[in-house]
Amino acid sequence: MIRTPLRPLARILSAREKGENPDAIERENLRIRHESQRDRLRLKAEGRLFVLGVCFFCAFAVVGTRMGHLANTEPQEPQAIASGNPIVAQRADIVDRNGRILATNLATHSLYAQPPLMVDKRGAARKLVEIFPDLDEETLVRQFTGNRKFIWIKKKLSPEQMQAVHDVGDPGLLFGPREMRLYPNGKLAAHILGGASFGREGVHSAEVIGTAGIEKAYDKELRDPARGGQPLKLSIDLTVQAAAREVLEGGMMLMNAKGAASVLMDIKTGEIVSMTSLPDFDPNNRPRALLVGDQSDSPLFNRAVQGVYELGSTFKIFAVAQAMELGLLNPSTMIDTTGPLTWGRFRINDFHNYGPSLTATDVIVESSNVGTARIAMQIGAERQQEFLKSLGFFEPTPVELIEAPTGKPLLPPNWSELSAMTISYGHGLSSSPLHLASGYASLLNGGTRVLPTLIKQDYVAPGPRVVSERVSAESRSMLRQVVTRGTASFGEVAGYAVGGKTGSADKPKPRGGYYDDKVIATFASIFPAHDPKYVLIVTLDEGVETSGSEPRRTAGWTAVPIAAEMIRRTAPLLGLRPTVEPGTPPALIRASN
Amino acid sequence: MRGFFYVFSALAVMALAFWAYQENYRTQRALRDVARLQRDIGGLHEALAVQRAEWAYLNRPERLAELAEINFDRLGLLPLEPEQFSDVEQVVYPQPELLPITDPIELMGRIETAQNDLDEDRP
Repeated sequence: MIRTPLRPLARILSAREKGENPDAIERENLRIRHESQRDRLRLKAEGRLFVLGVCFFCAFAVVGTRMGHLANTEPQEPQAIASGNPIVAQRADIVDRNGRILATNLATHSLYAQPPLMVDKRGAARKLVEIFPDLDEETLVRQFTGNRKFIWIKKKLSPEQMQAVHDVGDPGLLFGPREMRLYPNGKLAAHILGGASFGREGVHSAEVIGTAGIEKAYDKELRDPARGGQPLKLSIDLTVQAAAREVLEGGMMLMNAKGAASVLMDIKTGEIVSMTSLPDFDPNNRPRALLVGDQSDSPLFNRAVQGVYELGSTFKIFAVAQAMELGLLNPSTMIDTTGPLTWGRFRINDFHNYGPSLTATDVIVESSNVGTARIAMQIGAERQQEFLKSLGFFEPTPVELIEAPTGKPLLPPNWSELSAMTISYGHGLSSSPLHLASGYASLLNGGTRVLPTLIKQDYVAPGPRVVSERVSAESRSMLRQVVTRGTASFGEVAGYAVGGKTGSADKPKPRGGYYDDKVIATFASIFPAHDPKYVLIVTLDEGVETSGSEPRRTAGWTAVPIAAEMIRRTAPLLGLRPTVEPGTPPALIRASN
Repeated sequence: MRGFFYVFSALAVMALAFWAYQENYRTQRALRDVARLQRDIGGLHEALAVQRAEWAYLNRPERLAELAEINFDRLGLLPLEPEQFSDVEQVVYPQPELLPITDPIELMGRIETAQNDLDEDRP
C-alpha cells in the first residue's frame, strides 16, 4: 500500500508561500486517511456480521426444518437404543393382591370391508353370515352394494374366525390389529372390574377405555405410558373372592333371595379382600344398562357399593357404643325395655317382649328396639349425627370405583328425636353394605377410623380416633355374645370366635310404607372377636328360609348361616389359624368355711 | 518433500473414505439387526402376554374347582378347612425303620390272648 504523506512537501511549500497554515493540510490529509480507514473497517465488520448472520440462519433453518420434519412424520420407535421395550399393551394389567391376573390384554383383529375392492359381494355376504350367525345377510348385501367405501363388520375376532374369513378369500375383507381387554376369571369380581370398550377407533389401532368399575376410575393411570406396563395391584384376593362368591351364590339360592352382597374387609387397613354382589355379569361381555324399570334389578348394579338399604338392627351397636363412650352407661347398666315406646303417634315395638328391663349387653344380644331407642334419646339427635358422621355414614364411600359416588346414604331431611330413635335401630337411614363394613371396622378395630380401599396398601396409618380402645373392646364382647347366646347363634364357627349383629329391616315400598313380607337381612360380623382381623358383611335381599312350618325371614335364619359358612371357607384361605378363645379369667370363689 | 506430503494426504483421504463407506454400511446393517431383534422381542412379549392370559384363564378358580370335582376319585381334593391347621406337636415322629432280620430262628408255639386272665383278675 502506498502511504500518502500527511505533510507533502510541495503543498506545504506552496501553502507557506501563500501564507496559509500548513497544519490545515495535515489535518485535511489525516481526515482523509481516517475516513478511508473507517470505510475499510466498516466493510470488514459488515462482512463478518453477514457471515455470522448466515451461520445463524443456517443453524435456525436446520432446527426449524428438523422440527417441521419431526412434526410431520409418523412417530418412530428409537431403533439404535437397545433397551428392551417392556410396554406391549396400551393398558396396564390389573392383578389381585398376590399378583394373579384379573384383567389383561389380548392381541386380536377387527374385520372391516372396503366394497370397491370386493370381488363377489353377495357371495362374501353369504359366507360371512355362515361364520358370524349374528350378522344379517340382507343388511350386509345392502352395505356392500351401496355407496359406502368402508364398513366395520366385527370389532373383535377369534383366531378361528379370522382364519375362516381368510378362507373366504375376498380382497375387500381386511383385518386391523386390535387390543382387547380380557377378564380371564369371568364373573368373578365383575362389579369391581367393571369392563372396557373401544374409544376412538382407527384401522390400525383403537383406544381401549374403561367403562365402569375400577377400569373407569383408574382409566388415566392404567393408560399412562409412564407407568411402563406396571400392573395395578388390587387388595382383592382371587381365591377368597371365588370362595365367597360360591358360598354367597349357593346361599342366595337356598334362601330364595333375589339379590345378595358381601364385603370382606381388613379391619385395620380397610383393604377390601373380597366384595361380591349378586346377580352379577361377565365383564367380557358386559350387558347393556336397563332402559326401563328399576336399575337396582340390573345385574350391573353393585349392591355392595351402590345399594343403599336400611340395614336394621346392625346399627344398634353404634348407639350403645356411643353411649358407653359418652359415659352414659356401661355394659351392665339396666335399660328400660317396657314397650311399646310411644313418641307422638309412633309406637316402637320389639320382636318379642323382653320384660321390663335388660342390661345394655342384653339389649344388643336380644336386639331390643325399645331399649336402643331409649339409649338414643339419652344421646340426643345432634351427638348421634356427629358420631355417625365420624364413622362415614354421611358421605359416599371413598372406594376407588366410578360408581362409588352414587352410593350416597339417604339421610332423614329433618333429624328429629324420632329420627334419632329409629336410626338407632337402623331405620330411617339408608346406607350401603360397604358403609356398614367401614363403620364396623372403625368401631371395632380399637376405635380408629378406617377408609375402605380396593388398592393394595403397604402401610396404612391409623385414622383419627372414633371411640376409645376400651369401648371398642366392650363392643366386641357384646357382639361376641350375640353369637354365643343371642340372635346369631348360627354364626358360630369353631376356632374363629365370630362376633356380629343381625339386622332384618322391612323393605320400604316405593310409594311409602313398608312391605310385610320383604326383608333386607344383614349380618355384620367380625372375626376373631378377641383379636379382630376381618369384618364381614352379608346382605340378602328378600331372602326367606322355608324349611320350617312357616317362612322365616329374619337375618338369624337367612344371612347368618351364609356368613358363617363364608367365614369357615375364607378364614383358612386368609391364613387365619383357628384359635382357642381366651376365656374370662376364673374368678375367685369364696369357699364355704 | 511437498510432493510426498500431497500424495500421502490423497491416499489418507481415500483410505478414510473407504473406511467411512464401510462403517456406514456396517451401521446400517447393525440398525437393521437391532430392528429385527426388537421386532422379535416385541413378538415374544406379545406371545408372553398371551401365555399369561391363557395361564390365568386356565387357572381361573371356577375351572380349578370343576377339575378338582371331576378328578375327586384320584386326587381327593376338598376346600381348605379350619381343621386342617395343626400344631407342630401334633405331627408324629417318623417311625424308626425295623432293622433287617439277619439271623432268623424258626419258632413254633401258640399265641394266647391275655383277655381271659384280665377278666378273671377284675374284682
